[in-house]
This record gives sequence, structure tokens and C-alpha cells, in this order.
Amino acid sequence: MNGARMGTLASLRGSIARIEAPSEAAMPNRVALGHAGADAMLRGGLAPAVLHEVFAAGHQGSAATGFIAGLAGLISARKPLVWVRQDFSDRENGALSMRGLAELGLDPRLLVTVRAADVDSGLRTAADALACDALGAVVLEVWGPARQLDLVASRKLTLAAQASGVTALVLRIAVTPIPSTAETRWIVRAAHSPPGNAASAWGAPRVEAELVRNRHGPVGRWIMEWKCDECQFSEPSAYPQPVAATPAHRPHQAQARAGHRLAS
Amino acid sequence: MVAKDHNAILLHAIDEVAVRAGLSIGLPLANARAICPELTVYDADPAADLKTLNDIADWCDRFTPLVALDPPYGLFLDITGCAHLFGGERALLQIVTNALHRRGFAVSAAIAGTSIAARTLTRYTSGQIVASGEEAQAVGPLPVSALGADAAITTGLRRAGLKTIGDVAARAPHEISARFGAAFTTLLSHALGQGDAPISPRKPLPDYIVEKRFPEPIATDTVIALTLSSLAKMLVTAMDKQSKGARQLEASFFRTDGAVRTIMVETGRPVTRPEMIDRLFRERLDALNDPLDPGFGFDLIRLAAGRTEIVVQQQRDLDATVHDNDEISALIDRIAARIGGKRVVVHLPLESHIPERAALALPAQHHLAAASTAAWPERVAGEPPLRPLRLFERPEPIKVPFASVPDGPPHQFTWRRALHAVVRVEGPERIAMEWWKQDGAALTRDYFRVEDAEGQRFWIFRDGLYESELRDEAGAPVPANWYVHGLFA
Repeated sequence: MNGARMGTLASLRGSIARIEAPSEAAMPNRVALGHAGADAMLRGGLAPAVLHEVFAAGHQGSAATGFIAGLAGLISARKPLVWVRQDFSDRENGALSMRGLAELGLDPRLLVTVRAADVDSGLRTAADALACDALGAVVLEVWGPARQLDLVASRKLTLAAQASGVTALVLRIAVTPIPSTAETRWIVRAAHSPPGNAASAWGAPRVEAELVRNRHGPVGRWIMEWKCDECQFSEPSAYPQPVAATPAHRPHQAQARAGHRLAS
Repeated sequence: MVAKDHNAILLHAIDEVAVRAGLSIGLPLANARAICPELTVYDADPAADLKTLNDIADWCDRFTPLVALDPPYGLFLDITGCAHLFGGERALLQIVTNALHRRGFAVSAAIAGTSIAARTLTRYTSGQIVASGEEAQAVGPLPVSALGADAAITTGLRRAGLKTIGDVAARAPHEISARFGAAFTTLLSHALGQGDAPISPRKPLPDYIVEKRFPEPIATDTVIALTLSSLAKMLVTAMDKQSKGARQLEASFFRTDGAVRTIMVETGRPVTRPEMIDRLFRERLDALNDPLDPGFGFDLIRLAAGRTEIVVQQQRDLDATVHDNDEISALIDRIAARIGGKRVVVHLPLESHIPERAALALPAQHHLAAASTAAWPERVAGEPPLRPLRLFERPEPIKVPFASVPDGPPHQFTWRRALHAVVRVEGPERIAMEWWKQDGAALTRDYFRVEDAEGQRFWIFRDGLYESELRDEAGAPVPANWYVHGLFA
């Protein structure tokens, strides 16, 4: 490659960097997930007012649903949430249970659910909702392959999110990732509970989250645990733990329980 | 037209040519064919007749909002205060009869002080206008059959020698009611203009109506949209004077050929801004499955506020939450206008321990405020989730080959044709059904939270208790059915 071409390339790179720079500069405070490793990769956390995609690995979307519900809860910061889903998603994956949501530490009172008949109307509703700056986040849940969710559609969602400051979260189940303008893309699958006694070791929800796209940084793969009481993600705790290794900040009962498990 | 009545095929309706040939309604078809062999016969279709009558009533909505059906062939129009808009009563009558004539209907119309008097007049003449108080003279010379009473009463009157309404009215009312019943006396007095029976309009009268008539029919989308927004402005101005806001709006498009299309939108909170009305209708019109068909054009567009509420003006600038709530309900209205109010829901807790009945999804337009203050059960701090995130409305059956102990958890199960090996179990959590209800004879459920080898977590249950509930007629134990009811995150 000769020098002139190198120069052209460099100038092109420069202009691309300049195009991308404003959005970078205008980025408001990022929302920390609580998982140190992921937050470091994301340079402080998840960026609001952009599009994030979560893909469920395989056909069972419950782990991914939990993950995206957690993201939505973190990002919306006690503001109302609109969850757009398709009619048959209820039958395929089960309806979103409000009690289950409350158990995760999220507030069902802030949730407005839209049951769209098809992907087109779901997309349109999501774009509409993204224009409303009183919302905290908009979740669009799409089951199966949908050719409507192409680059153009995701670009539209991104622009709508940027214009209003509302974060767009897209949950895709039973489909392989395709190119889009998402800021981050995650593939989420259920993770094992930590090894231990089969009859008692049942803990907080755990997911294996793989960051496969990060527009402004490296990617990675982590096991995350959702802390229902603190409403944030964290590194997986390897309980049942020896009493001595119990972190100091854990509540008293937790210590007692850990001890009990060891003894049983 | 013929219809079958008690196994006899009778004439149901006939046209003018047939009348001239000597036929009459009620004649058996065989006799009619004997009189007039070249008779063309069709089957009567009362449902289609009623629909036609309804369509005509829709068309008549352009003259007055109070239109009542008088089946099988009549319509009442309450034109109180409307006639001057069309150049007086005479002109209005002309417009209605001419327009219906042009479409091929045989019309007989009259205007009178009471609906029954007007109906009586139409039976033998058309185009009569009778001022209030003069009904008695007008209907007096008409035959009693014009009253539209039962055939038995009409025959009875004729047999008694009372041929005209005037004859009947000349008798003392108690004689008439002794012979023919009080209902007939009431009918008679209404026909004579003494007292009036209220008509029952097809639609409730909207609180506010604005409309625009076009000398030349309009058909383009731009003009329709412009008209709607100018109508919205007029409507809001009218409502503003009484500080009202619309909860339900109706736009009616009257086509030149008589078809009427009505489109309704509902809102979660009273609308007071014309732009909002405009936008709601635009969303609705865009989303119609069968788009608005202007045909040869609309000559009247009407916007009505069907339900209104008093609006309390709130301080917007200082209180951000008021503003936010407004924004959200406006968003909900917009989405609901496009995809339907039942598709946008909020969730309310229900007092029930049965998992599938613990929450209620209600239209967000009407229950947003209730949902935002609902009291959901608190979660137990420090516990992992006790309820799944995704719940199947109808528990899905799973195949469980065996359980180590009869009422213990399974070691593996097959769900949706995939085998899951159970690695971890918590439970059982026993949930009894509502045994105090007669139809609540459902079996007690033992719920287990299980985790399979891949880490997926399920909420499964066994339907029924061993020993006590799971027995056949003879008392022998039967195998239990297992279901998966939800998925944990």
C-alpha cells in the first residue's frame, strides 16, 4: 500500500471518528450494571439514549428476559417503562408475570405493556414510545426471525432514542443475531447455580451474558448474578461459602444461612 | 317478495305494478300467480331490510342527531331546531323525499308535532306538514288502519263502524279503552297530538357536535385532514367555553352516495388540545384495516365529542410529574388509537393466592392512575425469587417418568419434546385451590422450583396430592399429572 492510499485511509478514519465523536461527547452519564468486569469493558456502564440488543441463546428466553428486565430497571431509574410484545409471545414464552417482576426487585406499577399484533405494529409502537421523553426505557420483545427488524429499523430506533433520551432495549428470542446499529449486543443464556448441595443451593438469578458487540470498546463474557434486593448485577457469589470467606457487608442472616448449608 | 308464514308462502312486499295488477300483501303466492302469471318472485330477507333501514338512518344522521328506527319500514327524525339549517320544514321534507326517491325508494314523509301523528299521516299521504295543535283535524279523516295498531284492533274498529280516526276520537276514551285496551287509547291520543311518546334515538346525543358541509364533495386525503383539524379547533373552542375536555371522539364521514363511515377514538384523559385530536385521528385513520373510501367524495364531515369531562387546569411548568403523566397518557392514547385500547394494558394486583389469578391486565387508558398506586405484595428480602418471571397462562403438561418418592420432585421431565434433567430442587410449595367455591374442585398443587443441567429454572407442579386426592373410583392410586407453569430468570 503506498503512502497516498495510507493517507486517504487515515483521513477517512479521522472523519469517521469525527462523525462518531459527537454522539460520544453528548453521551450522558452511563448507568453502571454493578458487575465490575462488564462495567470496565463498557467504560462505566450502559449508555442511555441508545439502542441495546439482547439475544436469547436457544429458544428459551427466560434468562434473557430477566437480563433485559434488569437492564431496563437500571436504566429507567424509577421512570415508567413501556414493554412492547407480540400476542403469541405469551403462549410461546409465557406472559411477563408481575409477581415475578416484583420478586426481581422491579416495580410493576411502572410498567405499561403493549400487546402488538405483529412485528410491524410493534416496531411502530416502540418508535412512538421512544419519542415520549417521560419514559425511562422502551423494551421491544420480538420472537423469532423478523425481516422488518433490519438495519433501517434499528437505525430509526437509535435516532428516536437519541432524540428523546429514552433508551431502547430490544429482546430477541429464537433468532441468530444480525447486523444492526445497536450500541451493545448481548447473548444471554441461563447459568448454573454454584456447585453445592443439590437440595438447597438455589440462589439469585444467574445468567451467562456474552457481550458480542460494543461500538466503543472491547467485548467479553461474564457470569452475572442479579441482586434482587439491591436491584443490580454483581459478580457471582460462590455460595455456599465457608463462613470465614463471607464478605463483611453480607447481612447477618446470610452468614447464618451459609453456615447452616455447610453443616447440612 | 315472498315470505313463508305458517307453512304458506305469502306475498311480503309488492311494487306498484303489482298493485295495479290487483295483488295485495298477504295474498298466498299461488293465488297471486293465478292473478298474474308473469310475477317475478324473490325471497324476502328481513335482515337485509333492517340493514337497509339502518343505512338510511345513518344517512339521515346528516339532518339531525336524533334518528330513531320504527321497524319494519319507518324512521323518526326529531328535527326540533334543525329545520332552519336546511331552509325550513318544507325544504327539509323536499330534500329528504327527493334524495330517497332518486335512490329508488318509495318514500312517504310527513312533519307533525308528535311522532305518532307524523307516522299516521305518512300512511296515506306524503309531504304533509302539520303545525302543532292541528293534528286532530289532519288525522281525523284518515282510516283507522293508518294508526298502525294490531290487525285485530283495526278489524274490530271497522266492524264497530268506526271507519276513520275522527270517528274513534269522537267516542269517549273509556269506551275505547274498555274494548281495545289502554295502549290503543294512548296511541290514539298521541296521534291526535295530545301528549307525545318519546322516540328512542339509535345513538345517544353527543355533548358537542361540529360539522362542515361541502358544496362540492371532497375526496383527497389532504383536504380531509385539513377539515378534521379545523373541526377539531372548532370543537375545542366550543368545549373550552365550558372548560370541558373530550374522552370520546367520533368523526363521521358522509359520502355523497349515502354511505356513512364513523370512526371513534377514546382517550384516557380529557383532550383539550386540537393538535391532540388531530393526531389521534391521523393515527386511527392510518391504522384502519379498510381505509376510508371517499368514493365520489364526502359532502359532510362531522366531529362529535361523545363523552366529555370537566377539565381541571393544572400548573404544568412547576410540577414535572404532572407533565410526565400527561405525556404518558397522551402516548397511551395515541397507541390505543392505532392498535386498540385493549392492547395497551397496565397491571393491577388481585387478592388471590392462585398464581394465574394474582394479576389483572386492564386497559391503560382507564386504569393508569389506579395502577400507579396499586399495592403489590412485598418481596421477602434476602430470598431468591419465589415466583417465576414468565408465567404460562395455561400450565403446560410435562412428562415425568418417575419420582423417587411418590410426592417428591421428579428427576427428569420432558417439556416441548426436550428432556430436562433436574439438578436442583426447592419445594414443595403447596397451593390449594379455592375449595370453598363450588366449581373450584381443582386439585391441590405442589410447586417445585427446579433447575436443569443447563441452568434453566422452571416452576413445575404436581396436580393433586398422593393418597388423598389422586385416587380413582375404586380407591386405587392413580399417577399424577405434572405441569410447568413458569420460567425463572
